[in-house]
This record gives sequence, structure tokens and C-alpha cells, in this order.
Amino acid sequence: MSLQVQIAKQLPNFGLDVSFTAGETPLGILGPSGAGKTMLLRCIAGLEQPDRGRIELNGRVLLDTAGRVRVPARERRIGLLFQHYALFPNRTVAENVAFGLHNLPDDEKMRKLAALLDQTHARGFESRYPRELSGGEQQRVALARALSIEPEALLLDEPLSALDTHLRSQVEAQLQETFGVYRRPTLLVTHNIEEAYRLGEQLLVLARGRVAAFGAKGEIFRHPPSLEVAQLTGCKNFSRARAISDHLVDALDWGCQLRVAQTLARPAAHVGIRAHHIDFAEPSSAPAAGSNNDNIFPCWLARSSETPFRITLYLQLHRPPGESGEYHLQAEVFKEKWERFRDTPQPWRVRLAPDSLLLLPD
Amino acid sequence: MISPVPIHLMSISLVLADAMDWSPVRISLETSVTATLITLAIGLAAAAWRERRRGPAAALVDGIFLLPLVLPPTVVGFLLLLLFGRNGPFGQLLLKLGTTVVFSWPATVIAAAVVSFPLMYLTARAALEQVDSRFLEAARTLGASEWRVFREIALPLAWPGVLAGTILSFARALGEFGATLMLAGNIPGRTATIPIAIYFAVESDDMTRAFAWCAVDVAISLVLLAGLYHWTRAQGRARWMRR
Repeated sequence: MSLQVQIAKQLPNFGLDVSFTAGETPLGILGPSGAGKTMLLRCIAGLEQPDRGRIELNGRVLLDTAGRVRVPARERRIGLLFQHYALFPNRTVAENVAFGLHNLPDDEKMRKLAALLDQTHARGFESRYPRELSGGEQQRVALARALSIEPEALLLDEPLSALDTHLRSQVEAQLQETFGVYRRPTLLVTHNIEEAYRLGEQLLVLARGRVAAFGAKGEIFRHPPSLEVAQLTGCKNFSRARAISDHLVDALDWGCQLRVAQTLARPAAHVGIRAHHIDFAEPSSAPAAGSNNDNIFPCWLARSSETPFRITLYLQLHRPPGESGEYHLQAEVFKEKWERFRDTPQPWRVRLAPDSLLLLPD
Repeated sequence: MISPVPIHLMSISLVLADAMDWSPVRISLETSVTATLITLAIGLAAAAWRERRRGPAAALVDGIFLLPLVLPPTVVGFLLLLLFGRNGPFGQLLLKLGTTVVFSWPATVIAAAVVSFPLMYLTARAALEQVDSRFLEAARTLGASEWRVFREIALPLAWPGVLAGTILSFARALGEFGATLMLAGNIPGRTATIPIAIYFAVESDDMTRAFAWCAVDVAISLVLLAGLYHWTRAQGRARWMRR
């Protein structure tokens, strides 16, 4: 079971040029709005025509511009879950799902309809119309409908974005359950980093129509291959950097030298650190031995912003912040930890652990 | 000159009562219904075809389709006469088949259908364009043929607009005069529709009869409007429109 995609299409503002192979594990496609994510899914589903390229699904050639093969959408057997579900408003839930079971005899149709609704937990509102359903219910019906054609691949366009926050984790769990049963190439487009990480095994980062990173999700988050990917995977702190020696870089924007754990294969152009990796050397604790003393700098609080359980601290290194509100680093800490040092006199001592630093070539 | 004639309800009802000749009503209704059915079929097909086309050729076709809307009906009638007359291309063809349409009942249908076609085409096209393309795309990914997409998704969703076009076309067909007179003439019992009967009644100074036909026309129009009103309200309450 595999989906091989290699397509190029000129869009108004940029060119979509993507190639990858998806296996049986879900592939998260992460990118900012307008990166070409939806267009990519539409090309694979056959709703848009790429300028050139080739798409092969389980050995079936769906598109080959060189060989003039263009299989129409209706023959591709690819299930597409639209962002806002696109349930037919003039058909009931049962009629929506049964639309894909058109060619089956009646008793077989009823049996499959029931099985699909069971599988997606969409039983009990078969005779209702889409506008009488909640967002979560619509999502389940849309998934049942997409699965009705027994698709050989499943494409989901921002499956959770239309849902209220409290529904997301519930629907997410159901999606994961479906993926577990389904075991076919599954692409999941999202601009939400955590969603992409939780639902995908593999990750493809799309930026302005190009593949900025593709591989195992953990690896991409641990070692983003570029500044762009680091930004797109949620890293907030960057400084231009110049290598001094194998394990030492000069962070130009932060005005300090940093010891790094990675060896520099290529000259790093930027150094970055994720907001939740920034650590604070608590004044009460005795200075620890060895490498723990690396990369500790005095810092002052410029401003902060709170969420229910965490706080984001905007920090100025080396000197108290000026009037302009500028800052060097943004750190995210749990409030329990923050309570422990919020009243200690500044400067605090911030620690940028060497193995948390991301070295980013251009 | 036409002289004013005192009109009494009594005399109108007398005319209607002993108007042995109700044929204009029958002809008008038969003509309008037939013309509307033809217009509905061809207008829908044309609108569906046009919705997938872009470019100058499609724009040219648009122009031809809409011509009957902007041309005076007499001009349309004259052009139809040229096409269907003995020396016209369609007339020649029909002659070979041993028939002719000019000054016959089918001519009233042709005139009414051609004149009402643009209204159907325009409203049907607008209604189809209003349908969210994601529904059509979803249907395609679910394996539906283009015909099934049109019949089961696009048409039901566009139906209120298509129905409005049908009613507009019917009203236009019912009121058709100029082109009908040119192509079908005034043959009582065969091609004389209500508007034509009114014209010739007035011309022969039979004002009572003219008023009677006008009253019939108003009545038909009111029934039509009332039917439309109730039908749209019923639709508004029905099914997926509710809530």
C-alpha cells in the first residue's frame, strides 16, 4: 500500500512542486495558510490538474502527464474529507453516506451503511439533515461518507479546524481509531503543529509550495533542517549565528557565545531554541557541576503573557529592558515553576541547554 | 378609430357565456405549456453546458442565446419566418419531410419557446452557478458520473432558481404576441392565442370581447402567481430548508 506523488502546478503567487511517498502510516502535512496544502490534496484527488507530474496509488497510475494519463476523480477511489465537510444539504445523513454506495444492491447497501455509521460513531441520526447536526456529528458523517467508497487512500483537509476546542480531542481520538483500522495511505493537512504531530506518524512540512522537510515527525522536531522548518514547527527564538569552533557558536543577535551539542556539519546560519526548552537556574539551587553551567546568562523580564497553565516570559539578555519593549527570548514555563522564582530579584539566570539548541543552516 | 364602449360586467359575462369560441384560452395554455417544457429542457441543457465553458466561443454562444431577449419580438418573428419559411433552411428541411410549420399551431410553440428561452437560460445558469462547487466535487470523489452529479446534486440544489425561470418563461410564453403573429398569424381555432385574440377584437371594435379576454388573462396570471407563492412557501417549510 503506497501513494507516490510527484507533481508541479503553477499557482497565482507561487509554484507548487512536491514529491513524496506515503505508506500505511498517516502522513501529516503541515504548513502555513496559503502554502498549497489544500491544492496538493485536490490534485491527488483529481479535482485539479497539475501542470505535470505523476501520481501512483498501489501500482495504479492515476496521473502521468508524460504518458497522458489522467484518471478522473470519480475513478480514483480516493476518499476526500473536505475542510467544511461539504455534506449534501438536501440529503439526510443516511442518503449522504449511501451516495457512495450507489452501485450496491439494496440489502447490501443497508448493511454497509450501518457498518460505516457504526465505525464512525455516527449512528442515531440517520434521518436528520446536515444542518441539524453539530460540527462533530457532521465530521463523523463526512468521514463515513468518504470511507463509503472503500477508498485506497484517505485525504483529510483540516479535519478539526471547523470544530470547537472541546470537541477536538474527542474527534481526534476517533480519527486515530479510524487510522488504526484503516492502514492505507492517509494524508492529513493541517496548519496546527500539535494536530500534525499527534495524528501523523510521518511529517511533511510544506512552505510556499515546496517540501521544506519530510520524514519521521520526531526527527523533524528535534533537528529541523532549516530556519523555515524550525519556524513552521513552532520554534520562537532565533539568532543569527557564526561558528567559532566545533562546539561553540557566536549568537550575534543574542550577544553571547553558546556551547552546542551537535557538531557542525555545515556552517550554521542561525541558532534557535524552543520556548519551552528555555530553563532557569533557580537561585536556591547550588551551582551544579560540569556542563550544567554552560550557556547561563543574566536576563531581565520585559513583559509576560498568561495562559491557564503556562506563562510566556519575554526576556532581555545581559541588561534591563528599555522602553521599546524589545526582547531577545520568549520562554514558556509552567506556572508552578514560575511561582518559585517570580519574586526573586532580577536578573534571573536563564539557561540555554546545549542539547536544546537548534543549529539551522540557511 | 376605436370608440369607447360602455363596459358592463353583465355584457362581459354574456360574451364569456355565449363565447362559443373558447379556443384562444385552450391554444394559449397548450402553447405556453408546450413551449415552457421545451424551454426548460433546452435551457437547462444549455445552462449546464455553458457552466463548464469559458472563453470567446462561449461568450458568442451567450450572445446568440440572449438575442431573443433584446430584439423586438417582430424582428424575432421575422427571422423565424426566414428560417422556417418555404425558402428557409428549416422550412426546406420540413418540406422534404412533407410538412410545414408556418401559420400552424407548432409555429405558436416555436415563437413562444424562442422568445422565452433567454429567461430560462439566464435564471437556470445563475441558479447552477450558485451551487457550491464543493458539493459537486464531493460527489465526484464518491464515484458519481457527471450526469449523476448534475441530476442528483446540482439540479436539486439549483431547483428553486430553475423553478423561478420556468415560471418566468411560462409567463413570457403566455404573453407572446409579436413573433407569434409574424410566424403563426391569426387563424381562429388554430393559432389565435389570447393576446392575438385581444388585438383583433380591439381592431374590429369589439371592446367587450377584448375586455373579456383581458379578464381571462388576468385571472390566469393571478392563479399562476398564487400557485407560485404557495409553492415557494411550501418549499421554504420543507425538508432541508427548515430551521
